[in-house]
Amino acid sequence: MTAKTSLKTLLAALAIFASHAAFADRTILNVSYDPTRELYQDYNKEFIKYWKDKTGEDVNVQQSHGGAGKQTRAVIDGLEADVVTLALSYDIDQISEKARLLPKDWQNRLPNHSLPYTSTIVFLVRKGNPKGIKNWDDLAKDGVSVITPNPKTSGGARYNYLAAWAFGEKNYGSKDAAKDFVKKLYKNVPVLDSGARGSTTTFIQRGIGDVLITWENEGFLALKEYGAGEYEIVVPPVSIKAETPVTVIDKIVDKNGTRDLAEAYLQYLYSPIGQKLVAKHFYRPYQPEHADPEDLKRFPQLELFTVDAQFGGWAKAQKEHFDDNGTFDQIYQP
Amino acid sequence: MPQSHIMPGFRPTLGFTLLYLTLIVLIPLSALLLKTLQLSPEQFWAILTNKRVLASFQVSFGASLLAAAIAAVLGFIIAWTLVRYPFPGKKLFDAIIDLPFALPTAVAGIVLATLYEPKGWIGQWITQAFGVQIAYKPAGIVVALIFIGLPFVVRTIEPVLQEFDSAMEEAAASLGANRWQAFLKVILPNILPSAITGFALAFARSVGEYGSVIFIAGNMPYVSEVVPLLIITKLEQYDYAGATAIGLIMLLLSFLLLLIVNSLQWWIRRRSGQL
Repeated sequence: MTAKTSLKTLLAALAIFASHAAFADRTILNVSYDPTRELYQDYNKEFIKYWKDKTGEDVNVQQSHGGAGKQTRAVIDGLEADVVTLALSYDIDQISEKARLLPKDWQNRLPNHSLPYTSTIVFLVRKGNPKGIKNWDDLAKDGVSVITPNPKTSGGARYNYLAAWAFGEKNYGSKDAAKDFVKKLYKNVPVLDSGARGSTTTFIQRGIGDVLITWENEGFLALKEYGAGEYEIVVPPVSIKAETPVTVIDKIVDKNGTRDLAEAYLQYLYSPIGQKLVAKHFYRPYQPEHADPEDLKRFPQLELFTVDAQFGGWAKAQKEHFDDNGTFDQIYQP
Repeated sequence: MPQSHIMPGFRPTLGFTLLYLTLIVLIPLSALLLKTLQLSPEQFWAILTNKRVLASFQVSFGASLLAAAIAAVLGFIIAWTLVRYPFPGKKLFDAIIDLPFALPTAVAGIVLATLYEPKGWIGQWITQAFGVQIAYKPAGIVVALIFIGLPFVVRTIEPVLQEFDSAMEEAAASLGANRWQAFLKVILPNILPSAITGFALAFARSVGEYGSVIFIAGNMPYVSEVVPLLIITKLEQYDYAGATAIGLIMLLLSFLLLLIVNSLQWWIRRRSGQL
């Protein structure tokens, strides 16, 4: 290619790019975490259509995905997110506390504590469940190899850890017993990946471990990707409610003039269409009556703890368990 | 006699150099220092002497030293082969050497982990033959670090070998030296300074390596947890000051080690009369 033609192609590409940008009147940015990519791809299409019908305005929604902690830090450090849809309320609390971009009581602004959908922690085992894993105590048995990411670097892994802890406390009656139980469980972990997707790869592609502790939606996604014949989801009788909050970042939407759009974007998640999409993408909807019954069948009933009820909220759980010299560090004392 | 310069203008180029160094190197490094100053000396000391932090420093620096040493020997052999012997596909091999420079380190890490895990192509064989596991153990870290350090060694030794006059070897041989003596007394002293440079570069790169190590290390506290992972861990806890404190210690240690290596190099050059 000569310099002239390559310049022409470049200009043509730029023109297409510019016209695409000009096509939408306003754009909002949704900063989310890894496993919601497919959900929001679907959802954004529906929302853009809904907004066009309602107001006649063409809008665009950009998505940004990555590990929840990294995404949160990016927002604190200046990534201009109009809305965030993250894995832990603790992360959004940190945006409020460290960057003061939204009020402290953000969680009361939308129905169900700003949780349009939730999930839970389940087990993924290999075909036929050769180690016969049914409940949390099976994970601490000798000869069972457990895959889970490092709770110090992964928000999702903190749910895994707390779920095991809650089980231990309930079953063995005391905090000390729970700690012993969790310690035994983590002795069975041969690899601590730094994120949830890394652990899924370790379990599925490397074939390491007998059981993967994972989010329910991530487990279903793995079944969908790698074939249901290879793996099975085991739902323990008790687990933790994984609460995935959403909120508008006030300072950014006021600066960008996108508050109406951003608020409508999150409210639409609670609409029948939003709830249906959420269930289709393996999250448990806030109002199951709007979801497809076929999708709902996949979510078995189980006893669910919440972080608030069991651990007194994220701030306390974080401090007690995951900060330096917390219980997780104590487990690994040599 | 007025001196003429090839580069136009001493002042603009010096100005550019200073500006560049300030914007790209000095300001970010001082930011590291400033952020660390948020900590009291006691807090700083507590982080520095934390057992887990110490263990990770041991893992990082130990694995990097070992990997750089192995890379220095292997790199020398590779550079020697590439310079001295013609063979089919040599150009291709020469290009392959640089791959670790270009490849995203995470890709390298994932590939190495897949190969060296107990069921992987290479790992399976090593486990059977020697009964040792490479991936998810400290040995895995060393493998990843050799991979990323190797091109540094090859690319620093290669030009020196190319310039090295083989007449010197012939002279040594004609004076009655056997091949081993010729290597030890003639070739090695000439190569050593560049080999040490290659070693130092590979080492410096290894100490800070995150992407490729994280997938193969297993990341178990006290065993195979590297310093960069602890920095990420601190960041995940929103402990910016703690993270920069570890970063700062790392910076100082690396600088100190590079300084030692440079003085060593200077000393060897002087002894072998290359100054």
